Amino acid sequence: MTLSSSLESVDKLEHTAEDVAERAGFDEDTVPHIGMAVREAAINAVLHGNSYNAGKQIVASFETTAADFIFRISDQGTGFDPEGLPDPLAPENILRGSGRGIFLIRAFMDEVHFRQLHPGTEITLIKHRAPGQPAT
Amino acid sequence: MSMKVATRQVDGVTILDLSGRITLGEGSVTLRDAIHDSLAKGSKRIVLNLADISYIDSSGIGELVSAYTSVKNAGGELKLLNLTRKVHDLLQITKLYTVFDVKDDEASAISSFK
Repeated sequence: MTLSSSLESVDKLEHTAEDVAERAGFDEDTVPHIGMAVREAAINAVLHGNSYNAGKQIVASFETTAADFIFRISDQGTGFDPEGLPDPLAPENILRGSGRGIFLIRAFMDEVHFRQLHPGTEITLIKHRAPGQPAT
Repeated sequence: MSMKVATRQVDGVTILDLSGRITLGEGSVTLRDAIHDSLAKGSKRIVLNLADISYIDSSGIGELVSAYTSVKNAGGELKLLNLTRKVHDLLQITKLYTVFDVKDDEASAISSFK
């Protein structure tokens, strides 16, 4: 889906993620974690990638397979180096008012992949199904 | 659901009863304004009651940290009260649980300032 660079898009993707994850059979603790990871990725795309620019859009997709929940989102920003982000748990950063989004995504998802699009960034979030979780 | 704030005074302590979501945008701004208003009115002992906060994102966590440092820099103290399990877990993951003074009941939160 193609969406505008707005907070409404962020909310829509969060709620859609929770619906998709719930239908895919993830448990009540995991569903909000997936929703939060998707929300943070959407915030990165809308805020840090596209800078709320009404002329730029975000492209997002959801997929569930027999093994995984997969979310992809791309922006039209200038790109960034995910490895260059400061560690939000370091004592010198712990009281910073921002910089925890990617950390939370990594905490809640099993795999996180970044791809530079020149221009823009694509981020892929993957959550593996738990053993015994029915594939829907 | 946007965030709402109700302010009350108990034994010289300002208690902000928050409800809804503290997220990027309106929720974070509402919290920031509430803290600034309390400090402007001279409140130095502030408790954020999070019992009815259903959700916090990274922006909301950042706003809680900013509230903590704003109050501290003004010579006051800020404590958190009644964390839901979700918020508790988020503060644990981000290693902020030990930064904040977290209380489980209002009476002990109020008495802890004395």
